[in-house]
Amino acid sequence: MISTQDYLIVSAILFFIGVLGVLTRKNLFIIFMSIELMLNSVNLTFVTFSRFFEDLTGQAIVFLVIAVAAAEAAIGLSIVILIFKNKESLNIDDFNIMKG
Amino acid sequence: MIDSKFLLLIPLLPLIGSIISGLYSLLNSEKTNYKINENLVSFISCATPIISFLISLMFFLSLNNLEEKLITYNFYNWISSGYLNVDFELMLDPLSSMMTIVITFIGSLIHIYSISYMHNDRGFARYFSYLNLFTFSMLILVLAKNLPLMFLGWEGVGLCSYLLIGFWFQDKEKAIAGNKAFITNRIGDLGFLIGIFLIFWQIGTLDFIDINQKVSEMNLEIITLITLLLFVGAMGKSAQIPLHVWLPDAMAGPTPVSALIHAATMVTAGIYMIVRLNVLYSLSPFTLSIVASIGLFTAFFAATVAITQDDIKKVLAYSTVSQLGYMFLGVGIGAYTAGTFHLFTHAFFKALLFLGSGSVIHAMSNEQNIWKMGGLFSKMKITAITFCIGTLAISGIPPFAGFFSKDEILWKVFESGNILFYIIALFTSFLTAFYMSRLFFVVFFGNLRIKDENIISHIHESPIFMIIPLIILAVFSTIVGFLGIPHSSLFESWLSPIIVKQNEIQHYQNSMEIVLMFISVLIAILGISSAYYFYVVKNNIVENLYNNPKLKPIYKMSYNKWYFDEVYRDIIIKPLYFISNNILFVIDKYLIDGFVNGISKLYSAMSYAFRDIQSGIVRHYAYFMIFGMFIIFLISIF
Repeated sequence: MISTQDYLIVSAILFFIGVLGVLTRKNLFIIFMSIELMLNSVNLTFVTFSRFFEDLTGQAIVFLVIAVAAAEAAIGLSIVILIFKNKESLNIDDFNIMKG
Repeated sequence: MIDSKFLLLIPLLPLIGSIISGLYSLLNSEKTNYKINENLVSFISCATPIISFLISLMFFLSLNNLEEKLITYNFYNWISSGYLNVDFELMLDPLSSMMTIVITFIGSLIHIYSISYMHNDRGFARYFSYLNLFTFSMLILVLAKNLPLMFLGWEGVGLCSYLLIGFWFQDKEKAIAGNKAFITNRIGDLGFLIGIFLIFWQIGTLDFIDINQKVSEMNLEIITLITLLLFVGAMGKSAQIPLHVWLPDAMAGPTPVSALIHAATMVTAGIYMIVRLNVLYSLSPFTLSIVASIGLFTAFFAATVAITQDDIKKVLAYSTVSQLGYMFLGVGIGAYTAGTFHLFTHAFFKALLFLGSGSVIHAMSNEQNIWKMGGLFSKMKITAITFCIGTLAISGIPPFAGFFSKDEILWKVFESGNILFYIIALFTSFLTAFYMSRLFFVVFFGNLRIKDENIISHIHESPIFMIIPLIILAVFSTIVGFLGIPHSSLFESWLSPIIVKQNEIQHYQNSMEIVLMFISVLIAILGISSAYYFYVVKNNIVENLYNNPKLKPIYKMSYNKWYFDEVYRDIIIKPLYFISNNILFVIDKYLIDGFVNGISKLYSAMSYAFRDIQSGIVRHYAYFMIFGMFIIFLISIF
């Protein structure tokens, strides 16, 4: 029997992998994927607690998150494509036009 | 019957006229060189006060039929904050009804007169915009049902007087005169405002009717303080010593403006306010004695100054100050009706005199020195005759209007038992007759003293728009006095609902009143005939006075207006300049500026320090974010 705690641990590990990905990688696509990973780790937490408390609200929120993530992916990817068209690069450090 | 909500139309129409001509005047600037259509402006600006006048008349008639003699209408809730609740509510009672008629009637005549007087002036539309705004403010002042609304009109006339006195602001002297009027009035307004605050603090209401009902809740000391503070405001507006200095300088504006300020609007505001609050004032004998003393002293002082002035408008300006002093004297001895009646008659003959002087100045190509005029009688007969009527009216010769009102004040002063006041007032009335006839004789009799051929050939009777108001005002200056015939005074019975009942102090026989009446007429005739003797028969009095070593100081003192301006300059203005230039300048430059600039320097230094955070690299921002989240996480755990 897999306990609730195990699910939470997996979710935390996934979340930190996502965070580290965002912080360390330079490729835009990898960062993007890391963000998705973080979102899904949170989804896992929601589902876990939903089952633990026997309350369906958590699962409803998961669907909301998935829908938002889909929309975000659509917009995010189109931005990435536009950036690539302009800069011909996916290295995030090349885009420091906001430097103060 | 007229619906009471149309009360709003009386002030609203001049406001609309003001806005229209004000916006229209914007078309005409240095750059656009747009030619203003004068006919259009004059039509709109004159029609609005005339319609207001007609509406005021209709209200007057319907008020006359009412049992209670009070029409009010609450338009909306203006200010509502905590205990303070001020409505935009207008009130028409016998006093404000009379005032609206005087303001709109004389105001309309002055508007019509201005069409010719201001013809071809660059600021034609701007002028009429201000003039209409002036009428609007004054109408709000008299129709207001509570003190804050009255204060709105009070400040409005102050603003408009500033705008109109400094109308020709390219001339620095005139701009300064405008400033002087504004600043002097501001001093008075401070007193007025504090008075309003005290009333609210004491009885929690600012409505005139409520104030009258609740006066008994205040003790005598507070009432004295409030009435004195309100009187300071009245001093500023109605040009009483020591705040009279602005009014003689107010002649810097166009002459019809002086007529409007001196006759129908502005200066009457102080008297109006005291009469409006007569219930309050009657409770404080101390304040009333102050009011009477200041009024008497101002009347006397201004009359002595007017005797020696060279400028036709200055003489009239000081005569206004003097007559206002009479009104305050009347009000101060508790004869509110007499004071108001003098205000009423004075409005007619002072407007007449000022418009007459405008006609003379117009003919003399803007020359105002009376010693350059002379012998104008044959050249401008209508102006001369109407001016003569004005002079007789102000001197107090029956049957002209001034006789009835001034004599009533004199009689009330005598009746109040203060013989010293009576003698000074009587002597002032002699001076009044003297200086006004002096003005008349010097301007219209003798020989023309100016030598400039261009000006002489230009002298002519004024155009029709200027003559008609003069004639109308002359007719009214002759007849309005009969509204106040002693013992059967229509005026008194009309105002009686709002005037507090006085205890009859002393009863003299009627014969006494008639004797005094003869005395004052005799005094007036004496004044006129001595002016005739000195200025027509002998006509070298000025040189004689000036060469007489004993009289020269007195003459110079009068000529220099008792050195009020000089004293103020030395005591107030110069120290103020000194302090501002030396002490306050240092504080301002190093302390206040240092503080303000220091803050901006601090921020610019901080921005230099922190700008490196904005590296532009997304990953750094993500680090900060995660770091922040980590901190929040830690805080929420512990």
